[in-house]
Amino acid sequence: MKKQLQTFLKYRFLLENLISRDLKVKYRRSVLGLCWSILNPLLMMLIITAVFSTIFRFEVENFSIYYLTGWLIFNFVSESTTAALQSIVNSATLIKKVYIPKYIFPLEKILFSFVNMFFSMIAVAIMIAVACLMGNMQLSWTMLLFPVPMLYALVFCIGFGMLIAAINVFFRDMGHLYSVCVTAWMYLTPIIYPMEALDRAQWVLPIIKCNPLYYYVTYFRDVVMYNTVPGPADNLICIGFSLAFLLLGGWVFKRTQDRFILHI
Amino acid sequence: MGNAVEVSNVSMRFNMSKDKVDSIKEYMIRLVKRQLFFEEFWALKEVSFSVEKGDVFGIVGLNGSGKSTLLKTISGILKPTEGRVYTEGVISPMIELGAGFDTDLTARENVFLNGSVLGFSRAQMKEKFDEIVEFAELQEFVDVAVKNFSSGMVARLAFSIATVIKPDILIVDEILAVGDFLFQQKCEQRIQELMSGGTTVLIVSHSIEQIERLCHRVLWLEHGRMRMLGDTQEVCGLYKQATRDG
Ligand SMILES: Nc1ncnc2c1ncn2[C@@H]1O[C@H](COP(=O)(O)OP(=O)(O)O)[C@@H](O)[C@H]1O
Ligand SMILES: [Mg+2]
Repeated sequence: MKKQLQTFLKYRFLLENLISRDLKVKYRRSVLGLCWSILNPLLMMLIITAVFSTIFRFEVENFSIYYLTGWLIFNFVSESTTAALQSIVNSATLIKKVYIPKYIFPLEKILFSFVNMFFSMIAVAIMIAVACLMGNMQLSWTMLLFPVPMLYALVFCIGFGMLIAAINVFFRDMGHLYSVCVTAWMYLTPIIYPMEALDRAQWVLPIIKCNPLYYYVTYFRDVVMYNTVPGPADNLICIGFSLAFLLLGGWVFKRTQDRFILHI
Repeated sequence: MGNAVEVSNVSMRFNMSKDKVDSIKEYMIRLVKRQLFFEEFWALKEVSFSVEKGDVFGIVGLNGSGKSTLLKTISGILKPTEGRVYTEGVISPMIELGAGFDTDLTARENVFLNGSVLGFSRAQMKEKFDEIVEFAELQEFVDVAVKNFSSGMVARLAFSIATVIKPDILIVDEILAVGDFLFQQKCEQRIQELMSGGTTVLIVSHSIEQIERLCHRVLWLEHGRMRMLGDTQEVCGLYKQATRDG
């Protein structure tokens, strides 16, 4: 355990370097650079708000913020895990030539998306500020709790990312399958629709209740939009999901990592 | 003095399938056809030796005899199927120069990236940056993307990074053949400097003259088995004879 911690500290600089490399690659030659992490969600929000508040008419207060908060968490999870999925396979040249603890690769992808989410959080902050100025929302100290659900989601993603990255080494179908799964996952998360919209489709509820993202998104909205602090039960559910996936992913990864090199 | 590297009874098995099974469909087909049990291929078989601290150890053998595989098990890149490898201290593996480079980044950025791949800290790289660039003779190119470098320049930069911080064990796999003659000489000189500083060196080289010049002891691998282990003179003599006759 102590030795593993030492190794992790030794490769911390590598982690930082890989993240900053990804940032450079992502924003190179784009004039607005990092601003896209803020602009992109805002533009998406405009479109979604236009479509869903005129055509579908969901009765949701502050719909743009409702959407944006759901999108922020979901986008982090889908983006980070999709990148983590390919991380081992894409690092084949490195893995074959140098010894590096292999969990560094999925972990780096997850952390990179996590950093991006913090930039996109500025978009949420802007919209909340606007809503407060217009009197549609009220500032509250609970908003300061916004990193808590993000951290829960982070731990979940690390575990889940390691799990699918390991599986993808042995079955490349995972990559194709996963993009379909992510689409299904998106519809099973209340991003665009309010939970009340499901009154007419009660049968979906049990499925949604198995979706960890539902809890993270709800938690996030509770503190950011509704000025409430989720109770111990909600926290326990979130922590439970996160730790369960961390343990499962870590276990599968550890069991299989020595054989990665033979399959990449 | 103790041993820096101990290899005991190491065997490495690869599954030799014509193509890898990496989709569920293929897996199912093979499961039905009972072809999942590939032909086994032992790239290394019962290899044992040890290298004393500060020694320079050479490995010779024909192509495919398992030299790179052996170096990879020692570096921790491959886990041997059987047997154990014990190493002491920081290893700098030069299995392929520039493996950790991102060619879209500049030389400067790659120095830090590659340094961290080898497990060095930011402070260490900052301190040694000028020395690295100077040794690689790339002062004018630090802010040029590595994709615009010639292979010799890449090799120079990579070698420079890998050896600037004295490793306890340096592993060199047929990389001294790249770069021009002057740079090769410089590399050999650097290796000799490291050696006198106490670094243990393991070398695989096409050039038997280089092995004779640098190494004290040599292992001769044949089809993954140890053919001979001993003094450089002795082993290289017989090896040269065998390859000439064969
Ligand atoms: N990942 C791998 N999968 C299957 N076979 C491999 C793999 N790596 C090496 N081999 C086989 O192992 C043998 C030894 O390879 P190698 O160690 O590269 O030889 P050398 O470096 O002495 O030329 C070769 O026959 C090669 O085909
Ligand atoms: Mg080789």
